[in-house]
Amino acid sequence: MPGAIYAEGLVKTFGDVKALDGVDLDVPEGTVLGLLGPNGAGKTTAVRCLTTLLRPDSGKLTVAGLDVLKQPNEVRRSIGLSGQFAAVDEYLTGRENLQMVGQLYQMKARAAKARADELLDQFNLADAADRTAKTYSGGMRRRLDLAAALVVSPPVMFMDEPTTGLDPRNRQMLWEVIKQLVSGGTTLLLTTQYLEEADHLAHDIAVVDHGKVIARGTSDQLKARTGGERVEVVVHERDHIEIASEVLRGFGKGDTTVEEHTRKLTVPVTGGAKLLAEVIRDLDTRGIEIDDIGLRRPTLDDVFLSLTGHLAEEKTEENGADTTPDTKDRKQKKEAAK
Amino acid sequence: MSAVTDAVPVAAPSSALGQSVHDSLVVAKRNLIRMSRIPEMVIFGLIQPIMFVVLFTYVFGGSMQIGGSTSATDYKNFLMAGIFAQTVTFATASSGAGIADDMHKGLIDRFRSLPMARGAVLTGRTLADLVQTALTLLVLAIVALLVGWRVGSDGGTNAGKVLGAFGLLLLLGYAFTWIGALIGLSVRTPEAATSGGLIWLFPVTFISNAFVDTGNMTPWLRHIAEWNPFSATVQACRVLFANPGQSPSDAWPMVHPVWASLIYSLLIILIFRTLAVRKYRSATA
Repeated sequence: MPGAIYAEGLVKTFGDVKALDGVDLDVPEGTVLGLLGPNGAGKTTAVRCLTTLLRPDSGKLTVAGLDVLKQPNEVRRSIGLSGQFAAVDEYLTGRENLQMVGQLYQMKARAAKARADELLDQFNLADAADRTAKTYSGGMRRRLDLAAALVVSPPVMFMDEPTTGLDPRNRQMLWEVIKQLVSGGTTLLLTTQYLEEADHLAHDIAVVDHGKVIARGTSDQLKARTGGERVEVVVHERDHIEIASEVLRGFGKGDTTVEEHTRKLTVPVTGGAKLLAEVIRDLDTRGIEIDDIGLRRPTLDDVFLSLTGHLAEEKTEENGADTTPDTKDRKQKKEAAK
Repeated sequence: MSAVTDAVPVAAPSSALGQSVHDSLVVAKRNLIRMSRIPEMVIFGLIQPIMFVVLFTYVFGGSMQIGGSTSATDYKNFLMAGIFAQTVTFATASSGAGIADDMHKGLIDRFRSLPMARGAVLTGRTLADLVQTALTLLVLAIVALLVGWRVGSDGGTNAGKVLGAFGLLLLLGYAFTWIGALIGLSVRTPEAATSGGLIWLFPVTFISNAFVDTGNMTPWLRHIAEWNPFSATVQACRVLFANPGQSPSDAWPMVHPVWASLIYSLLIILIFRTLAVRKYRSATA
């Protein structure tokens, strides 16, 4: 049985640009899928197709068991959408925004009002409820936007880069909300450029690049694919680099890389903490003073680099399909900085 | 945290029409609240037509010939229907700019992800613009009375006819906001929608009987002016206000201006509403 969010062979082209080139996704009920990729990878286009905003060229799509192409209105009743392009009316107050959304979900005026109050409390916006959203900070706006997506507690949520442009404190706050949401049984598809975010929130991760899913699995599985752990040593004196390098060669499962200017040596290993202790002892007996040493597990940045040959944050070639969200993105960043 | 997970049942709407009306009113209310929070937009919308009333009355008034008369009073009474009609068409720009702004800010995406009636976002906007147009007309009529405009200056009229004229003006304005809606959905920025919504209105409102007697135009231009949908409403208002009209004409819209005005406005609504709603369904920010 397909999951709460399901896509098979999703293709969408804009002119000559293949924004989505045969994407398959399957998100089991109650889990979180992180769609990870750089700008222009096709993440936003995938979300827009799944949320009925964009008609794909081909592909089979179901959300909450409903056919997205054949029953768009039923799908709209079961989803919430938040993120970089869903928005709030800045001339309306927080309360008015939520009431309007409630009423457009066909709630009675009184029920919409009660629900708005509930959400304002829960998202720490009660004090600002009667101020226009124009006066809100970037973080507050994002919370209001998320609240608007949750008005009817939809079983399936889509969040497109929910924390792009937020400061760390607001990001943390939003992560907490998202976690609570998921613990309540909501199925979530989340797109992000932040590897840390996917690692933190998602059960499963699909790495997207140039409109294709290039890898999928849990965060641990993806890390394992990149190769295991490494020992990283920073020696105190430049003269010690050579001896340290010799020591590490004895423990390593591959070539030692050396960064001369930072006096940092890295070597792939297996054996974890026990091996690390041995390395420390050995270096110590040879009288090599170290500034820093540690066992480093691969980050998703490493995963991305090894899968695509470029870093996730690097600007890849401009993708026509995603230029508009891009501009918005910059705008939001600017607003968040205010 | 129970609030997040408490299921709020989303009822399927009882009837498509009922939902359409309900959603349109919710969106209209939202746009009216917006307008009340940006009063400078409403005020600027008023200054321009008031300026036109004053400029045309006092600058052009002395040198215009209307149906053979050179009286400044006749021109004043002739002019007002034209300015009223031009003013209502300018609502096109605000409707277009509003919708383009909603697209730009991502609000249209939010609306399109909600289970709401498809045309409601646009209908709500055009209804709110209609309210604004009605307010503008009211203020403008007062200014017109202050500078000396009088209904019944050229024959008999009654309250019903005068109200009927304002009804036709509002209908024309409403029809034009649908053109604005289509423009707003087609351009990328609110700025483009404002200028794109205004530029073409100048030829449409000037190649007409609004400010001059078409009897003084070259025949081919006169032909265009008299079949211009805009002219039909102006002519209808003059007839209903019993204000001096242009030189007699054989063109059908000038002979049956009230019918012509109604038909033109309804046609514009039919065509542009269809196009705009279709465009909305596939709108991409």
